[in-house]
Amino acid sequence: MKRWRNAALLFALLIGAMEVLARMGAWSPVLFPSPLEIGRYLLEAVADRTLLDASWVTVKRLMIGYAAGLGVGVPLGLLTARFKIVDDTLGTAALGLQTLPSVCWVPLALIWFGQTELAMVFVVVMGTVWSVSLATAAGVRNVPPIYVRAAQTMGSRGFHTWARVILPASLPFIVSGMKQGWAFAWRSLMAAEIYVTVLTGFGLGHLLHYGRELQAMDAVVGIMLVIVLIGLLTDKILFSPFERFLHRRWGTAQGKR
Amino acid sequence: MNSGLEMKNGLPEELTVRGVSKSFKTSRQTIRALEDVSLQIRGGEFVCLVGPSGCGKTTLLNIVAGLETPDEGTVLADGKQISGPGGDRMMMFQESALFPWLDVAGNVLFGLKLRSDINGKKRREIAANYLKLVGLERFMHANIHELSGGMKQRVALARSLAPNPRVLLMDEPFASLDAMTREQLYGDIQEIWAQKKKTIVFVTHNVREAVCLGDRVILFSPHPGRIQEQFEIGLPRPRDINSVDLAKYATTITRALKRILRPELEEVNE
Repeated sequence: MKRWRNAALLFALLIGAMEVLARMGAWSPVLFPSPLEIGRYLLEAVADRTLLDASWVTVKRLMIGYAAGLGVGVPLGLLTARFKIVDDTLGTAALGLQTLPSVCWVPLALIWFGQTELAMVFVVVMGTVWSVSLATAAGVRNVPPIYVRAAQTMGSRGFHTWARVILPASLPFIVSGMKQGWAFAWRSLMAAEIYVTVLTGFGLGHLLHYGRELQAMDAVVGIMLVIVLIGLLTDKILFSPFERFLHRRWGTAQGKR
Repeated sequence: MNSGLEMKNGLPEELTVRGVSKSFKTSRQTIRALEDVSLQIRGGEFVCLVGPSGCGKTTLLNIVAGLETPDEGTVLADGKQISGPGGDRMMMFQESALFPWLDVAGNVLFGLKLRSDINGKKRREIAANYLKLVGLERFMHANIHELSGGMKQRVALARSLAPNPRVLLMDEPFASLDAMTREQLYGDIQEIWAQKKKTIVFVTHNVREAVCLGDRVILFSPHPGRIQEQFEIGLPRPRDINSVDLAKYATTITRALKRILRPELEEVNE
């Protein structure tokens, strides 16, 4: 609780100081709006639903793309670790493609899918798949062989061994791959939204883009805050349960109380 | 122990090792881990395999477990050839090999869940029962990383015993524990063996440990791995590792072990 109080105090001070400086005319309001103006924008945009609609459009793209990315990435990683032929082909491809910033897929996605939701989702998938796949494969390779032997002596075979031993034993790696994949996906989606207009839905990136065109810096900064908020919430909702589980079971230092 | 809380199983198995050889290829050379090893183990016997590193004792254990296949020869359990791991033979390793993603009870339940002939309630009862047997019923829901080395090996023992195997294979299970904990476990394992009637094959470096636990101690020599000598241990049970009689046996076996090691040392000196 003390931590929260300190954080709240610090931010209140910062915001207060910015408000005072902005009113004294320390900088032009075109460059950076005062905190009150940002607050006013946020209230209005929530009230007329533009912000909520845009957030939903963005989050939906992200969730669909991310789920698809996990759905492809984890099995791909398992196959890469299991079969040498897959490792030599798709595994090598994954390694190369992971180094490609996923926003570089946007031009291709636009040609393939047009200015549609699918193009945006595709970019998210490309951001997720390779990181998750590589991390899963690394996780499997790092499973101590003794776990598999122990499971075999207890009667575990084939698919059971993969589902109940190798996959859970790789979990620390998979979760860190998921976090990296999420980070890539989120960044590339924002870049894509700012740089392409998709007619089927206006996401937060589009709002940001129009904010700049209209010189509405209160909107730009306000939307940036919303983007930060979504990032924080995802971390809490999507990853915290996993991290708590890893910490509890493996006794790793991260997330220590 | 209440027989209603046990999985059904037959008598302890008799093991027959017949002319088993096994080699491993490394990039430089071929290592003869076992050469023409034959061995008869009675049902319910406690046998300890000792010998210097590289004498193939762990390899033999893995072959009996069905985790490795011999190049030549066969291993029979109650007259039937072993072709892979089976529920009648459970193995315990030097490191506990407990699964960190499961809690203590989850680990003990792992083997039980692979048996379709019992329901969930009975599984949990059996698991609880075996955790009680190793004195860890209060730690049912503890995480593995919270346990000490000795506690981990106790859980591993409960996990191997829970499906009621007829043979227990133990690969230096106490090697990484401190002396005090080890002494406790010597008592426990003898008690459990007497109570549960199992064939136990126990691999160790420690001659005293072998004499303390085994009905018979089998001494292996390395390069290639062969049976050098066998010793029947006629001491009454339960045995105390610090007793003088036990020390006499240990001295005899240690001498034999040194005779094996000496030519090796001379080889190194040359």
